[in-house]
Amino acid sequence: MTKPAVEAIAKVGDLPLGFIGRPKRSRAAKTGDWRSVRPVLDRARCNYCGFCYFYCPDGVFQDMGEEKYYQADLDYCKGCGICAHECPKKAIAMIQEEV
Amino acid sequence: MAGRLAMDVSVAVAEAVRLANADVIAAYPITPQTRIVERLAELVANGQLDADYIPVESEHSAMSSSIGAAAAGARTFTATSSQGLALMNEMVYVAPGLRVPIVMVVANRAISAPIALGNDHSDIMSVRDSGWLSFFAENGQEALDLTLAAFRIAEDPEVSLPVCLSLDGFILTHITEPVLMPDQTEVDRFLPPFKPSVQLDIKDPISMGLWAPPDVYAEARKAMALALFSAKKTVVKAFDEFNRIFGRRYRPVETYRQEDAETVIISMGSISETAMTAVDEMRDLGHKVGLVRLRLWRPFPEEELLAALAGAKNVAVVDRHLILGCGSGPVGLEVKSLVCNSGLRPNITNFFLGLGGRDVTRANFKYIRERAAGVRNQLRAEFVGVYE
Repeated sequence: MTKPAVEAIAKVGDLPLGFIGRPKRSRAAKTGDWRSVRPVLDRARCNYCGFCYFYCPDGVFQDMGEEKYYQADLDYCKGCGICAHECPKKAIAMIQEEV
Repeated sequence: MAGRLAMDVSVAVAEAVRLANADVIAAYPITPQTRIVERLAELVANGQLDADYIPVESEHSAMSSSIGAAAAGARTFTATSSQGLALMNEMVYVAPGLRVPIVMVVANRAISAPIALGNDHSDIMSVRDSGWLSFFAENGQEALDLTLAAFRIAEDPEVSLPVCLSLDGFILTHITEPVLMPDQTEVDRFLPPFKPSVQLDIKDPISMGLWAPPDVYAEARKAMALALFSAKKTVVKAFDEFNRIFGRRYRPVETYRQEDAETVIISMGSISETAMTAVDEMRDLGHKVGLVRLRLWRPFPEEELLAALAGAKNVAVVDRHLILGCGSGPVGLEVKSLVCNSGLRPNITNFFLGLGGRDVTRANFKYIRERAAGVRNQLRAEFVGVYE
């Protein structure tokens, strides 16, 4: 069996000087697909303290304002579970992703 | 303060940095430092140089600060030596990858153990493969001139790489020599203000030296290798411009009475001046001997060196650093590797000289010529003047 051709992601002459990257590139990298478990919020328990928002290492939580809860952006959440661990109300459960 | 002056070569280098109007100097005052950064600290404190002088907590931080400063767009200088360069090592390798044009002067001194302060090239060879352009100065004037040229070459948008300049420790750094000090207007004509090719800017944020997975690391490293090789064009151009403005001509490789020489000696740094005197004396006795001096060490000046060796029957390579466990020194390895597939077939012998501050004499070069003309198929470099 022949190996499938590997497509170059960058060629020598195309690389930026100093191997730099701009912020939009990390926004484009949707790291949510690294996740094996996802945070699910029980809004009945949530007291809108904001711990999940502050502790999240990737800053994926969005303040929903009037609705008084924080919503995880699953495009970027890697499923580390720090939010669930830190939540004082145990309002976040980490649920296995379906494969 | 222009004109012909007597000064310590270290001080002359500091004056060159002042004339270059450096913005940031980061240095750690450990022994073995030199008067280069000591004098620069005075110039900044006295208001004679408008620069930020960062007295860092270690050599590793000296290079880290220099990288940060250059990345922010500052003309950046640092100097170190021996163990200090060894401590910098991790960050020395980072600078070329980020393509930041730092200028570093290294007072070449031996590496421990045993503890040593004397001159040889064992410190600078530890960063041989790091991606910096690397020059060796022969005398005080050249130390001053190449410091100025280093800024221009490093900052050229075609290069955008750090440059290190080697001065033989003590033999150059602590010796008073007459130097021609250029005036500020000449220097300003030679050295335009620094316009960075990549720059940290809060209005246009970037990350430098990003993670490179296996499918792009090799491409990134090859791009650096090509950039370093092609930097030689800029070196030659800068030397031409230097000659036009200051009237002193430098080349990547210099030759001395080598045209008709049967035996050619290859040397780097201050011992080349002793070697030239020795060549004159040997010529007076009828020996066909000449000298080739490497001023540019990285990128290795392949074409220039092959052209200089074209007529030689015997080539004697002087090394001032041991690669422990290898039969050749770094210069010897480089010359053998270059000549091997070139079509030239000289007999190459390799010699260790002047380790750890041991004096290099005219008699050493006469001995080397005799050996190079007599020994065949030498496998391991010979230690000259070592008592056994």
